[in-house]
Amino acid sequence: MDLRLPSKVLEHILSFVDSNEDRNSVSLVCKSWFETERRTRKRVFVRNCYAVTPEAVARRFPETRSLTLKGKPHFADYNLVPDGWGGYAWPWIEAMAAKCPSLDELRLKRMVVTDECLEKIAASFKDFKVLVLTSCEGFSTDGLAAIAVACSNLRELELRECIVEDLGGDWLSYFPETLTSLVSLDFSCLDSEVKLSDLERLVSRSPNLKSLKLNRAVSLDALGSLLRLAPQLVELGTGSFSDKLDQEAVSKLSQAFSEMKELKSLSGLWDVLPEYIPLLYSVCPGLTSLNLSYATVQMPDLVELLTRCSNLQKLWVMDLIEDKGLEVVASSCKELRELRVFPSGAEGLNDTNVAMTEQGLVSVSEGCPNLESVLYFCVQFTNAAMVTIARNRPNLTCFRLCVMEPFSPDHKTQQPLDEGFKAIVERCKDLQRLSVSGLLTNKAFEYIGTHGKKLRMLSIAFAGDSDLMLHHLLSGCESLNKLEIRDCPFGDTALLENAAKLETMRSLWMSSCCVSFGACKLLSQKMPKLNVEVIDEHPLETRPDSSPVERIYIYRTLAGPRLDMPEFVWTTQKNPEIGVSHLAIK
Amino acid sequence: MSDKNKTSDDALNFKATELRLGLPGSESPERVDQRFLTLKNLCPVSGAKRVFSNAINGSNKWVFSPGSTTDVNSGSVPVKDHKPGVSVKEKKSSAAAPASKAQVVGWPPIRSFRKNTMASSQSQKQGGNTNPETEEKAKSGPETCLYVKVSMEGAPYLRKIDLKTYKSYVELSSALEKMFSCFTIGPFGSHRRCGRDGLNESRLTNLLSGSVYVVTYEDKDSDWMLVGDVPWEMFICSCKKLRIMKSS
Repeated sequence: MDLRLPSKVLEHILSFVDSNEDRNSVSLVCKSWFETERRTRKRVFVRNCYAVTPEAVARRFPETRSLTLKGKPHFADYNLVPDGWGGYAWPWIEAMAAKCPSLDELRLKRMVVTDECLEKIAASFKDFKVLVLTSCEGFSTDGLAAIAVACSNLRELELRECIVEDLGGDWLSYFPETLTSLVSLDFSCLDSEVKLSDLERLVSRSPNLKSLKLNRAVSLDALGSLLRLAPQLVELGTGSFSDKLDQEAVSKLSQAFSEMKELKSLSGLWDVLPEYIPLLYSVCPGLTSLNLSYATVQMPDLVELLTRCSNLQKLWVMDLIEDKGLEVVASSCKELRELRVFPSGAEGLNDTNVAMTEQGLVSVSEGCPNLESVLYFCVQFTNAAMVTIARNRPNLTCFRLCVMEPFSPDHKTQQPLDEGFKAIVERCKDLQRLSVSGLLTNKAFEYIGTHGKKLRMLSIAFAGDSDLMLHHLLSGCESLNKLEIRDCPFGDTALLENAAKLETMRSLWMSSCCVSFGACKLLSQKMPKLNVEVIDEHPLETRPDSSPVERIYIYRTLAGPRLDMPEFVWTTQKNPEIGVSHLAIK
Repeated sequence: MSDKNKTSDDALNFKATELRLGLPGSESPERVDQRFLTLKNLCPVSGAKRVFSNAINGSNKWVFSPGSTTDVNSGSVPVKDHKPGVSVKEKKSSAAAPASKAQVVGWPPIRSFRKNTMASSQSQKQGGNTNPETEEKAKSGPETCLYVKVSMEGAPYLRKIDLKTYKSYVELSSALEKMFSCFTIGPFGSHRRCGRDGLNESRLTNLLSGSVYVVTYEDKDSDWMLVGDVPWEMFICSCKKLRIMKSS
């Protein structure tokens, strides 16, 4: 008797299954379920663009509507990945254009996107709706014009911190008059001025516009008129907030802000002058997200603003807020979930004497019961502070502490910060992301390995004493998915002994460590399902097995070695001349 | 000159070639600050070899224990018995310039977008700017001095020089050599054997260690440029900072 569900029924059932994790499980049940699932999956996430080929994805999920891709490793954000390494969007766009005509959403992060890519998108997908590019590079404003002119049902165009060749502000004028579907527009990373009249017309014919993030070149005056045209905005990124306005203009702007009853998120505020801070008071009570990380105002002005933000859930600010300001946050922003404090110093090393210490974070941890995500740049820290923070907030899921001076000990006891991080990993049982800094010995990593069972992403710099550190992490952290390490003194043994672990992780990045060339080759031979990329811009002419590599990037993949490696990336497949490893290590 | 065929005698000499913290000419402590791993590795071979032989000795067993892999010449592992934190602090107070000023690629971990935005933000602010660097940038022409910071890859502290005191790239180059020779080995005269006047302005060759240094500068647009391309006068108008980088 055939007990198989008719595929139509299964399809219907699967239409209620949204989560890709569940869908992955569904696809493992049997062949027919695999087939039905793959034909009905609408959103595909590929978190390492080299883990699988574009053709394979396009073939498997022909009906997909949305594709999310990530390219370069995270440390590319800090210039640790040389230009030209890879992460090209083109092969993906080509493959999707050929096989997945229904694609209407593309979200790319840390990828190289060219104008050709954007033109291809514009030409290939009839109903293209959403383009979100985060930390991407390689395209110019001409490519944006191509998207603007062709995608007549465009809903979202967001450029988040991209590096764009800015050929001028004309691209905005390419949005046709018939385009009325815009919901979100973010061009905050562009330099050139767009024509205000084009922008105003675009905004006035976009009744569904909910999110608008302007670039710095949009003046304060222009902001006023835009807000009057779009009082329904939920998210606003202002332009530069420092032009001198006359009294009338100021009161008009104030009025415009007070009309914005839906506003939940505010950002931009570049160079905001203290006298303009009161303009924002009317929107503060409704804000759930506030990005002041480019607002160069001092603590008293920040405090005035923050005392009014009782519903704030996400706050990004610079260390100009000082401990005092964070105390105010602790008492006023009881709903706070995420806090990021960036350094204000010229080189990030705090030339200026700023009164922000570990105490600020301690206050917030005491006052904000929902605090779960922290990114904190500071000059000094103590173990006691971390112990207190951990005790106050066992619900932390993301803790990224950057003590900016490498090897800084606990500034009160001069001890390494091992005990502090121990408290964090021990108490915060749901911790998924951790970045450590300061003076750390192997003990810290022993603690992390022992307690960090839910840890998925770990970032380490200038830490540890020896290879043992890496061994603790790879053998202890069961959920480890991404590990990135720079300038730590370990090498081959831990890596080779825990080679199997690497197949359970998305990727491992190590730069300026002591991994030898021979170990890389050996690892590559032992583990065919990993791509082991040695990234060396200045290799020795003949490289003995014992020579250390500058960087190594290891990731699991079904696609085998990639075909687009530049000359400074070495793998045993691309460079068979480098030979096999002669290591005696098992 | 080959790094690869060092005998053990030569390996000992590497001690002299290592980057050390401390003032030029002073005896610095045995431990080499790890932070310069990124930038130096003057003796990559000997360092890695040490790590290796330990590994091989271990076969399956775990050979590393805290402190067992110390090898000061490798520069890769600190001596465990030192209180590294204390040493760093001591060095900080004894050095003439703050040791914390060493510049390392990608540290602190701030995205370029933010760095660039903050940099242009600060140069836009005219009045009320307390950053002496920006004030110097704003000065030019008939002013009496033009101090810029000079950093060198691998050096623990920066220097400042007055660009106005030099008339040409050649003068600048020899001044830089003198200033930073404590961070590399031996006499710099050896580089003149290259005999190419044009490019020597920007290339300081340290023949013995095999590292070639390139002088770069940060211009008004915050781009890093190779020194020597534009006329001297144009250069001093647009140079904000100098950086001596390693280039094989």
